[in-house]
Amino acid sequence: MEWLGPEEWQAVRLSLRVSLWATLFGLPPALLAAYALARWRFPGKWLLNGLVHLPLILPPVVTGYLLLLTFGTRGPVGSVLQEIGVVFAFRWTGAALAAGIMAFPLLVRAMRLSLEAVDPKLEQAAATLGASRVWVFLTVTLPLILPGIIAGSVLGFAKAMGEFGATITFVSNIPGQTQTLPSAIYAFLQVPGGESAALRLVAVSVAVAMSALLLSEWLARRAQRRVAGT
Amino acid sequence: MTLSVTIQHRFAGFDLDARFEAPAGITALFGRSGSGKTTIVNAVAGLLRPNAGRVAAEDHVLFDTARGVWLPPHRRRVGYIFQEGRLFPHLSVRQNLRYGTWFSAQRPRPAEEKRVIEMLGIGALLERRPGALSGGEKQRVAIGRALLSAPRMILADEPLAALDEARKSEILPYFERLRDEASIPILFVSHSAAEVARLATTVVALEAGRVTRQGPAAEVLADPAVTPLGARAAGAVLSCRVTRHHDDGLTELDAGGTPLFIPRLGAAPGTPVRVRIAAHDVILSRQRPEGLSALNIISGRVQEIRSGDGPGTLVSLETPAGRLLARITRRSAEALVLAPGVACHAVMKTVAVAPEDIGGLGGPTGQGLL
Repeated sequence: MEWLGPEEWQAVRLSLRVSLWATLFGLPPALLAAYALARWRFPGKWLLNGLVHLPLILPPVVTGYLLLLTFGTRGPVGSVLQEIGVVFAFRWTGAALAAGIMAFPLLVRAMRLSLEAVDPKLEQAAATLGASRVWVFLTVTLPLILPGIIAGSVLGFAKAMGEFGATITFVSNIPGQTQTLPSAIYAFLQVPGGESAALRLVAVSVAVAMSALLLSEWLARRAQRRVAGT
Repeated sequence: MTLSVTIQHRFAGFDLDARFEAPAGITALFGRSGSGKTTIVNAVAGLLRPNAGRVAAEDHVLFDTARGVWLPPHRRRVGYIFQEGRLFPHLSVRQNLRYGTWFSAQRPRPAEEKRVIEMLGIGALLERRPGALSGGEKQRVAIGRALLSAPRMILADEPLAALDEARKSEILPYFERLRDEASIPILFVSHSAAEVARLATTVVALEAGRVTRQGPAAEVLADPAVTPLGARAAGAVLSCRVTRHHDDGLTELDAGGTPLFIPRLGAAPGTPVRVRIAAHDVILSRQRPEGLSALNIISGRVQEIRSGDGPGTLVSLETPAGRLLARITRRSAEALVLAPGVACHAVMKTVAVAPEDIGGLGGPTGQGLL
């Protein structure tokens, strides 16, 4: 495709990579958090619920700055991770971390909803048929919420694609390193004559976001049919 | 194999304190809703943890609070048939049937699977999803799923309650076969006197969390003191045998020497048949009635008279055919000067038949006004 310049392509590719990793690494902890919120009773549940939703309501700049304080090279977590060779600050991995944190509430919400739609009586039935708790989860719960997990992931992926505020605060805007699609659009708008490049990237953004939304709607409908068992 | 159950459990405003034995065959937990039937079954299955108690099938202890034993549900090997089926919607009928074998050490037994699928008549449904099944089909698959998990006992919690009459009569014969073919205890929860009369070998009557009576079905059901559903629903069960079929469309049964006539039954002479006679369908007479259209009259002696709060009274009769219950008014009981030992005749308007072995006859269940 000729209509995107090399720098623009770089931004698109980086954004896809960042969002993919953000979603993949976000999934397991999101599933755990969703399960805990949907099924368990424990002290401090309100705190977990608040923490999970915090990135949704905090100004992204604040989230980004908190990430910088924590995961920066001199931050309490960042300095420890640096010892074992994991660096987030001003790297694409940092962009993925920021995107993952911002997408996390969306992942958890979608999974929690589908978990709450699973009838615990089916899980009881599975237990009486000899399935231990792990097997019940793997053979009954997981298949029933799978479309919900996929739908949530698609939404989370789209959110990660669009993340700007936390990313630019945490890892800045370095072309080829941390310049994701929204950062690139922002950068193009800052230079004279950059509007056409910015518009092309805007078109890519809209296309990705729209397809993600449609895909997620379709998967949600499938999930409904699957739970209904027809 | 016998299942021994002792359970004490306290809810808000409700105390359950039950102790009973369930031998092989169907043991009906019989009582109104709220009498604690489902709680007992759930405690046996391990889905509810009672405050205290012990449940054991011979030496296989499911739980014993005194010894601190509590097997999790998946290690109890109970075949639980739920009221609403609870089939897995994401699995096909075949996968649902095999679900119980996925986790057990023993290999699936194809011959056993074939036998169960044939018995339940679900061979044509195997590739379908539960959502595409009717209520009766779902319940048959649920029975099959429980049977194929190689259970040590079967628990059935009102498995027919969610079905209409037609579907019920579709499922009932399968439970009769189960009772006659399986050598394991079956706990069958019900609040239907007709179901209990037809299926139960043993009856455990429950009222407000206590066992009021337990024993062989014919004995417990004919006891006027045991009316877990109220006197209105009382009725006795007689064991009969088909004598012969008459040309006028009637089948003659032998009830301990007394002939009973019912609408034509598709069973060969000699077949054992259970009939249920509801107490409100019995009329009592001191003299042998003559010039009466009713065909079925059994003679006996009054054994016990129990009056409740209302105008009705429940009279139990000892007859050669077995114990009978009659619900009449207190006024009639006084007019007839009924007392224990008095000879009298029971005139029956309706005789409901529950064939002992439906497997061999496949005919409809007869019930008629004669």
